[in-house]
Amino acid sequence: MKYTSQMVAKPYFIAAIGLFIGQILFGIIMGMQYVVGDFLFPEIPFNVARMVHTNLLIVWLLFGFMGAAYYMVPDEAETELHSPLLAKLMFWVFLVAGALTILGYLLVPYAQLADITMNDLLPTMGREFLEQPTITKIGIVIVALAFLYNIGMTILKGRKTVISLVLLIGLIGLAVFFLFAFYNPDNLVLDKYFWWFVVHLWVEGVWELILGSLLAYVLIKTTGVDREVIEKWLYVIIAMALITGLIGTGHHYYWIGTPEYWQWWGSIFSAMEPIPFFMMTLFAFNMVNKRRREHPNKAAVLWALGCAVMAFLGAGVWGFLHTLSPVNYYTHGTQITAAHGHMAFYGAYVMVVLAIISYAMPMLRGRKAANSNISQVWEMWSFWLMTISMVFITLFLTGAGIVQVYLQRMGENPQSFMVVQDKVELFYWLREGAGLVFLVGLIVYVLSFFVGQNEPEAEVKS
Amino acid sequence: MSQAFTKSMARNIFYGGSVFFLLLLAVLTFDTVKTLPKSDNSENLTAQVAKGKHVWENNNCIGCHTLLGEGAYFAPELGNVHKRLGKAGVIAFIKSRPVKGIPGRRSMPQFNLTDDELDAVAEFLKYTSEINAQNWPPNIQG
Repeated sequence: MKYTSQMVAKPYFIAAIGLFIGQILFGIIMGMQYVVGDFLFPEIPFNVARMVHTNLLIVWLLFGFMGAAYYMVPDEAETELHSPLLAKLMFWVFLVAGALTILGYLLVPYAQLADITMNDLLPTMGREFLEQPTITKIGIVIVALAFLYNIGMTILKGRKTVISLVLLIGLIGLAVFFLFAFYNPDNLVLDKYFWWFVVHLWVEGVWELILGSLLAYVLIKTTGVDREVIEKWLYVIIAMALITGLIGTGHHYYWIGTPEYWQWWGSIFSAMEPIPFFMMTLFAFNMVNKRRREHPNKAAVLWALGCAVMAFLGAGVWGFLHTLSPVNYYTHGTQITAAHGHMAFYGAYVMVVLAIISYAMPMLRGRKAANSNISQVWEMWSFWLMTISMVFITLFLTGAGIVQVYLQRMGENPQSFMVVQDKVELFYWLREGAGLVFLVGLIVYVLSFFVGQNEPEAEVKS
Repeated sequence: MSQAFTKSMARNIFYGGSVFFLLLLAVLTFDTVKTLPKSDNSENLTAQVAKGKHVWENNNCIGCHTLLGEGAYFAPELGNVHKRLGKAGVIAFIKSRPVKGIPGRRSMPQFNLTDDELDAVAEFLKYTSEINAQNWPPNIQG
């Protein structure tokens, strides 16, 4: 590690992993509630568990992105971070705001939380993924601005690489599109239309820039491939991501009261959304094949390659599965959507954050380049346990979704939602089983940080 | 990637393509917002409907249900619940939820809504059911 200010990334990564654990525990609770309906009722109703599950995911990924930026940008810009103090301060602000919000979800009824936080002054709550009290949303904006200032100033005073520029564009986009979270008109169709400007333009837009940048950084570092080559790939990938993804927003505008033409725009452009993900897979494997050096951190390379593959499967393939409007007419808002959501988030964003953590953490903890062999073996076991169980979670949810769509929407005598839910119970039990394996994988992951600490660093066999 | 395709070409495609399609999205958004009154049922957006939307939001209904297919997949679609149950049916259902739930089954929490809040949320769901959603959902079951 060349710059001491890179150290501020460490608490961000630790917080990310801590919140990740919380996210998975609540996922397990919800999976249980799918089969044992009164599990933890009325103490933790499903809607509360889901809010905690999805909000923790978003917050820990944001912690991961910020930690990644604080680690990467000084290295790329070849200068110390503009203000390590501001970064540390914002860490605590974000952590405390996040923790208070989650406690609020768990300890008081949501309507009361809305009341306490004076939601009526500027109502923004109660919309999927944007459940945070308005005051928390304002906090997020402040943290984001301070963060962008810090990163921006660092880039300005130092070397400007394509990787840090793309990261910066992605992060600015993240902050700008989040502002639509404050727009909540009474007109439901308008509300839904612009809600997607946060949700879709994040995960199928600007977050892909962040993803590309992080992946490119890890690949440059671990393969030693020429920067020119990597940067060219990065540009093409993110170009395709935005060219397809911006108008691809239309695949959310089929059935929410928006004009019919969106079925054409949405279907055609979102059908091309797998292209950047496929290119990302080609990119990652090509760079590793053309590597000019063997990096001792095998685990980081595994996460990077795994990310590229799983992002293509989860976001690309499972997205395409139900993106064409004639198909989506039947699958919209079913377990098919849930299946896609799980593998896409895990493959694209969870894995890229774990890749950068895997690469950076050994150095942040005083190693030269990599953890000991035994620690890496544990980490790679956790990779396979989590990744394979996520594949099965996705497959079981897809199975449930297909049966649901047929019985509830396509068959001769459409049956009611709850009747159909009972009929697909088996799939939900299997999903819960796969979820428990995921939890085991996560425990192994956490343990990998503690095993083999006194062992020597892994070395490259020559 | 081939040598003839240079990094600056890739960069230009990124900047040019992004700006072009961002503008296209802006144009389509402008047109959508302009033509929305034909399909969004805004002529029936009364003060009571607006209030109902706040009741809907303040109780995080989207955390279990879908509304026009968006939300959580734990409980039934409510975009067309007005057509399934009628206004009185919707109100009666919300009111009658047992505080302690139903043993072994999913059950909606008891939200202790006032009569006015119940009326408002039912009006909101009626308004939602009249939005022209291109004939979605495929049938009454949602």
